[in-house]
Amino acid sequence: MSDINANGALSADPSARYYVREHHPENSTLLGFWIYLMSDCLLFAGLFATYAVLGRSYAGGPSGAELFDLPLVALNTGFLLLSSITYGFAMIAMQRKNLKATIGWLLVTGVFGLGFLYLEMYEFLHLIHEGAGPQRSAFLSSFFALVGTHGLHVTFGTIWLITLVFQLKKHGLTGENKRRLMCLSMFWHFLDVIWIGVFTFVYLMGVLP
Amino acid sequence: MSAPHNHSEHDHHGDHHGHDHDDGNHGSLKDYAIGFILSVILTAIPFWLVMAKVFDKSSTTAIVVLAFAAVQVVVHMVYFLHMNNRVEGGWSMLSTVFTIVLLVIVLAGSIWVMFHMNKNMMPSMGNDVHNMQDMQ
Repeated sequence: MSDINANGALSADPSARYYVREHHPENSTLLGFWIYLMSDCLLFAGLFATYAVLGRSYAGGPSGAELFDLPLVALNTGFLLLSSITYGFAMIAMQRKNLKATIGWLLVTGVFGLGFLYLEMYEFLHLIHEGAGPQRSAFLSSFFALVGTHGLHVTFGTIWLITLVFQLKKHGLTGENKRRLMCLSMFWHFLDVIWIGVFTFVYLMGVLP
Repeated sequence: MSAPHNHSEHDHHGDHHGHDHDDGNHGSLKDYAIGFILSVILTAIPFWLVMAKVFDKSSTTAIVVLAFAAVQVVVHMVYFLHMNNRVEGGWSMLSTVFTIVLLVIVLAGSIWVMFHMNKNMMPSMGNDVHNMQDMQ
């Protein structure tokens, strides 16, 4: 139906034709990136489903209630939430064409991201040291797979962020850099959304008796 | 849902496109502040519910905590990711709805199937283990 409309508009008004052709390339990167994020979301859905099935198969090993340190998880969640709003500040600075503030807020976001990764590595190493590594039980395998995949995403997001800081320093707020900033913004906020699922489903529900 | 509606949104978007594409839709300070405050509250309450053991039954806690998570996901989508049915002429929204449908099928399906499989398999598997131990 919309095709017919578009054709009708084409014959009636030549400027409409121009708009139809011009509209798509401008935002296609953002839409494409969004679709990538949605496919990533399905990857996480698979990992969540695996955890849902195996999360209580302790194989005689330690359970979530014995292993998880909720204050640490709360601190980690706080880091990620703060990094989300500082990235928001970076985007606002970008809209105001303030290069220095953009880079500054990006760096603050990066510090929170690194803080998150530090705490997660600390937790993982602590678990492995206690003999609760991924090979201990199906529960721990699915736990490490899910939380580790999220951690890997944050790692790559941080690398991307640092790269962008150098790009911004070199080229300033060009159209390309703005597009990259918007893609990373989506990626970063998306990771925060996944983390909501992780801390709720894995940690909070994992310690329930 | 409403193709004509989407189409008119699309046109509307197109009218603006020429002169304000730079502004895009990245939200304002107010959006981020509201989103942040809401998500802090929506994070703090579930942690408190679990850590202070507010409810006696863990199934009640689980349902309440999941409900908070669902609300928080929507808050993040709206205030941080700036979702609405105007972005990209509705295509972002459409792909998101599609993803949510797949997500529900994958999650609910896996849990449902595996739960029933566990229920059907467990007794006999248990017997096998016992038999094996008896044999030894």
